[in-house]
Amino acid sequence: MSERTATNNIRVVKDAPKSFSENFREFLTFIRSELKPKGPVITKFNVISGIIIVVGFVLIGLRFWKGLGATTNLSQEYPWGIWIGFDVITGVAFAGGAYVLTFVVDILRFKKYEPILRATVLNGFLAYCFYAGALLLDLGRPWNVVNPIIGNGFGFSSVLFLVAWHFLLYTLCQFLEFSPVVAQWLGWPRVKKIVQGMTTGAVIFGITLSTLHQSGLGALFLLAPTKIHPLWYSHNIPILFFVSSVFAGLSMVIIESTFTHKIFADKVGHTLHANHDDILLGLGKGCAGAMFAYLFLKVIDLIHGQHYDLLLTPMGYWYLLEMIGFIVLPMILFIKGVTSRNVKLVQTTAFVTAIGIIINRLNFSVIAFKWDSAVHYYPNWIEVWVTATVICLEIWAFRWVINRMPILQDHEHEGAVETESIPSKEASKWKVLAS
Amino acid sequence: MNRRNFLKFAGLAGGTIAAATAGKALAAGTGSGGGAVGSETEFVGMLVDTTKCIGCRSCEEACNQANNLPAPKESFSSEEVFKLRRDTTPEAFTVVNRYENPKDPSKPIFARKQCMHCNQPGCASACLVRALEKKPEGPIVYNKERCMGCRYCMIACPFDIPKYEYQSATPFVKKCIFCYSRLKKGEKPACAEACPEGATLFGTRRELLEEARRRIYTEPDRYHNKVYGEHEVGGTGWLYLSSVPFEKIGMKTNLGTTPLPEHTSGFLFGVPHVFVLWPTLLAGLAYMNRDKGDDGQGGGKGHE
Repeated sequence: MSERTATNNIRVVKDAPKSFSENFREFLTFIRSELKPKGPVITKFNVISGIIIVVGFVLIGLRFWKGLGATTNLSQEYPWGIWIGFDVITGVAFAGGAYVLTFVVDILRFKKYEPILRATVLNGFLAYCFYAGALLLDLGRPWNVVNPIIGNGFGFSSVLFLVAWHFLLYTLCQFLEFSPVVAQWLGWPRVKKIVQGMTTGAVIFGITLSTLHQSGLGALFLLAPTKIHPLWYSHNIPILFFVSSVFAGLSMVIIESTFTHKIFADKVGHTLHANHDDILLGLGKGCAGAMFAYLFLKVIDLIHGQHYDLLLTPMGYWYLLEMIGFIVLPMILFIKGVTSRNVKLVQTTAFVTAIGIIINRLNFSVIAFKWDSAVHYYPNWIEVWVTATVICLEIWAFRWVINRMPILQDHEHEGAVETESIPSKEASKWKVLAS
Repeated sequence: MNRRNFLKFAGLAGGTIAAATAGKALAAGTGSGGGAVGSETEFVGMLVDTTKCIGCRSCEEACNQANNLPAPKESFSSEEVFKLRRDTTPEAFTVVNRYENPKDPSKPIFARKQCMHCNQPGCASACLVRALEKKPEGPIVYNKERCMGCRYCMIACPFDIPKYEYQSATPFVKKCIFCYSRLKKGEKPACAEACPEGATLFGTRRELLEEARRRIYTEPDRYHNKVYGEHEVGGTGWLYLSSVPFEKIGMKTNLGTTPLPEHTSGFLFGVPHVFVLWPTLLAGLAYMNRDKGDDGQGGGKGHE
């Protein structure tokens, strides 16, 4: 929204002063109208995800009524299952795209990625709300989750204490980063200006918090040196988690952008539409770079660990599959896709990378955790179903926002860039960068 | 000798040395005795001499009563339980297991299992609300009103001791708390009082360690030359003696000697550095890259 329209709106409000109750009533009517579905209600996706969500809520109710023992395969041996290992630990890694992109756009000022920034921040924010929020399902006494915040025991020596605080603060940061869009949606230009002024601060704080809690999630496992397979355990786990969150997040941005570009084609602005391929290729480049750094760290760990003999055991093959199949291979494919400008290849590789991240995070929490135990943990259908419910809810929330708020549309003040960038993709790339 | 006198005696005998040398350590003393930093109090402990244990399970019964735990399916006089290798549960904070004696098959070895009350416990350092807490006297107790049930303590414990009430909708973590309330009253933990053979001996950790070494020294044929718990994960409050290597009686011998909190202290010490450096560098970068058009918007038009 430009400066002029903003001042115009303020004047309109001044010209016709309304009472608070009138304003509030108007606001409620607006919200009520926005709550209604915007597209067709009965679609294949809605029916399937709707069933998943309805049954999921019943299962969640069952979990709180009967306890974790009755609804999960958790045991004294395996205190953390997929609700932690996948929903929280993997989900947060995938949400890393938000801090990486805010760094690229708001700190480094690479304007090229600006068109996908709002969708990415939205996705990150929702991921923290839903996936990190799924933590509440796993906590035995979730009503005590406020304890480390209110000070019913500050566990300063605990990595989890740090992670908990950072989750909370980072979610607030993300909301602040996203709030200009909300203000625009609500038609509050003054609020928008205020929150916009705080964006850079929120971004700086957000990146700092992300660095620490992405690595902190890995640091959690430093306390289990004898329980995690030696090929995975190392003192570098925090750094590995941080570096892998970069390509985990970026590949998730590629995946999410691929879908939203197709599904919400009518909402996509010209700038985004014209530059979408370039953006995806650029993200692929970023993935390849981060993966190379990660691979390098992993090789150092392997050499320092001196566990070469373990490579020729079943867990060793599993380790090699993760390393070669889900790091080396996608890294090469990303490079290939970028150099040959093959967007499809980059998109496919992003999926491979995401699967690799899931495997990696589950290795720490479930698979390579107590690898030598007699009885292993497998999630039961309830755990899987509830996880699916969380994912569906996130997608519903994402769709609801995309359909109502200016996420994928062009930035009005960037009209010049938009018209210039339409003719040729190659030329536009440089012009956008130069502008 | 009651506890007060015992501690007085221990203090005279050099218990303060532990406190003095402990200053170097992170959370608690790693010296032979062990005690909280800045505290004159010495850690208490137990010496389990498995060569003396007859498998009567009196300790299990006493533990059950002292902690008001539900009655078990098999009575405490039953030997049936030895057919299976048992683990502690939310309803049984200590269990005795029977192991084959490679030296003399007619005399099986009995070894009990419970919380080891580490000098520098992984569980307590893992807990984000200090629900699990190391007391200056040595016991690791559980403040159940703080616990949110994240079960990170269970991930962190190298001995897999914290057990969870999975069957409950309002679950707690359950484990041996060294009969802390009895200790406060000047009484021994229930199991040590119940043991008819002196196989579970209560005392300060330093004194027990001396006693363990004395036994090994005076009867070298009877004992395997190692005190389990002296150095494991930086030392534990419970010490074990055995006639056979400890892996033969179900004890973990791959734990190393590094106290678990030291594995995460490096990361935690790095946190303030990142908190100072990152915002500074990022703000600098943002300022450097700011274009003139941004000025009117306070440098923060980012997501418009």
